[in-house]
Amino acid sequence: MLKAVEIKNLSVKYPDVKALDDVSFEVNEGDFLGIIGPNGAGKSTLFASMLNLYTDYEGTIKFFGQDIRKSKHYLKQIGYVPQKPIFEKNFPVTVKDVVRMGLQSESDADRIDEILQQLWIHELGNRRIGELSGGQQQRVFIAKALVHKPKLLILDEPVTGIDQQSIELFYSILRELNSKQNITIIWSSHDLDAVNKLANHVACLNRTLFFHGESEDFFSNDDLVKQYSEASMQEHMHHH
Amino acid sequence: MHRALIAGIAIAILCSVVGLFLVLRRYSLFGDAIAHSSFGGVAVGLLAGVYPLWTAYVVSIVSALVITRVKDRFNISGDASIAVLLSSGIAVGLVIIGLSGGFTLDIFSFLFGSILLVSVDDVVLILALTGGILIVVLLLFRELLYSTFNEEQAKVSGIPVEKINYLVVFMAGLTVVTSIQLVGVLLISALFVIPNVSAIMYGKGFKQTAIISISFSIFSVVAGILVSYIFDITPAGTIVLISIGLLAGTMGIKSTGLLSKN
Repeated sequence: MLKAVEIKNLSVKYPDVKALDDVSFEVNEGDFLGIIGPNGAGKSTLFASMLNLYTDYEGTIKFFGQDIRKSKHYLKQIGYVPQKPIFEKNFPVTVKDVVRMGLQSESDADRIDEILQQLWIHELGNRRIGELSGGQQQRVFIAKALVHKPKLLILDEPVTGIDQQSIELFYSILRELNSKQNITIIWSSHDLDAVNKLANHVACLNRTLFFHGESEDFFSNDDLVKQYSEASMQEHMHHH
Repeated sequence: MHRALIAGIAIAILCSVVGLFLVLRRYSLFGDAIAHSSFGGVAVGLLAGVYPLWTAYVVSIVSALVITRVKDRFNISGDASIAVLLSSGIAVGLVIIGLSGGFTLDIFSFLFGSILLVSVDDVVLILALTGGILIVVLLLFRELLYSTFNEEQAKVSGIPVEKINYLVVFMAGLTVVTSIQLVGVLLISALFVIPNVSAIMYGKGFKQTAIISISFSIFSVVAGILVSYIFDITPAGTIVLISIGLLAGTMGIKSTGLLSKN
């Protein structure tokens, strides 16, 4: 099977803390991987390293067989949806303007209407992005991440601060992208139930990787789930 | 008079386009800082006996790029780096003027503009630079807009964000020095900022906002030059007051609710 992502011995040391310690895992093309872990587990560092935002790591990261230190071409083949898209509320861009930013070439402009329709935001195309609700904005940013037909979609806890109805719609869109369009998905989430329902693979991260495998194996193993829940609980109490 | 109008319109377009990126990057005062550093450049030129605009181009662009590099390297905040650039330009200018015993007349026209005295050569240079910068903006439109909208996401899409940032600074430097003849060093940021602040209230999409800003800017410059010619007052102040009038009108319409948010 073709590998979408191969991560080998990834370590990241910040001055006062080791954010990632010898993390290795692979993602096959067509997989839907849920990455779970408590706050401060290194999920953001892992994503930043994968996305060319942080380059001071040890180890190797390959996308579609290519070392990302050597070629940045892989960035054109992935779509990224951030946790909460940050932009100036009054920024004068319409929904279509934002989605167009994701296009690699102007000649694919027909894709904009197509993807807006697919995500049920066609009627919002000419509205300013800052006027939309959080759930609608999230769909616009998914549209932007998908408009250039990526092979891989990376999502960083993308449902923070969004209403339940939008979350359900969002999950059904993800399921369809993965099963019908065969897009590989890497998705970090706090929501264990949702990961259980959607992902076919799970990676459990807490600075080191303490589980990676089929999602059924994780969720049928009560010890692992308990261990994970305790780790998040401890982290939670630590934060308070 | 014809020359002044042609040069004025070109500068109006240039300033509102480059200024829109600066305003949206929260870099509104950067134009002002470059203009002040160009004051140092003008003084160098007058002292050395070189055409002062050439030295102004060199000094402004180099110091703007250097301050951007220093800001990134030492993590200095945007507003502090602007303050450093602004004051060092004026300081250099003042010291050089002091050393040379003063050349008040020329300095005055650089401080407040001298659009009615613009030469044919100046007009050709202004048109060429305006054309060149607009072509670069159109060619790199996605890169410029995306990195202004969200730097991190632009980086993830493979856009060389740092290079684009330097390009914006470089274009701002060229634009500022080119515009000095119209409104002078002291009022330059008005042309960068005011039409764009008004246009952002009206426009929905980016292109619409840019077109509104360009229209406001051209109107202010043309009306300003004509009014100042008729009443024999300073064009720079008149141009800026007219654009402030447009901004006040926009805010008035907006606050009465005639301009709905949607």
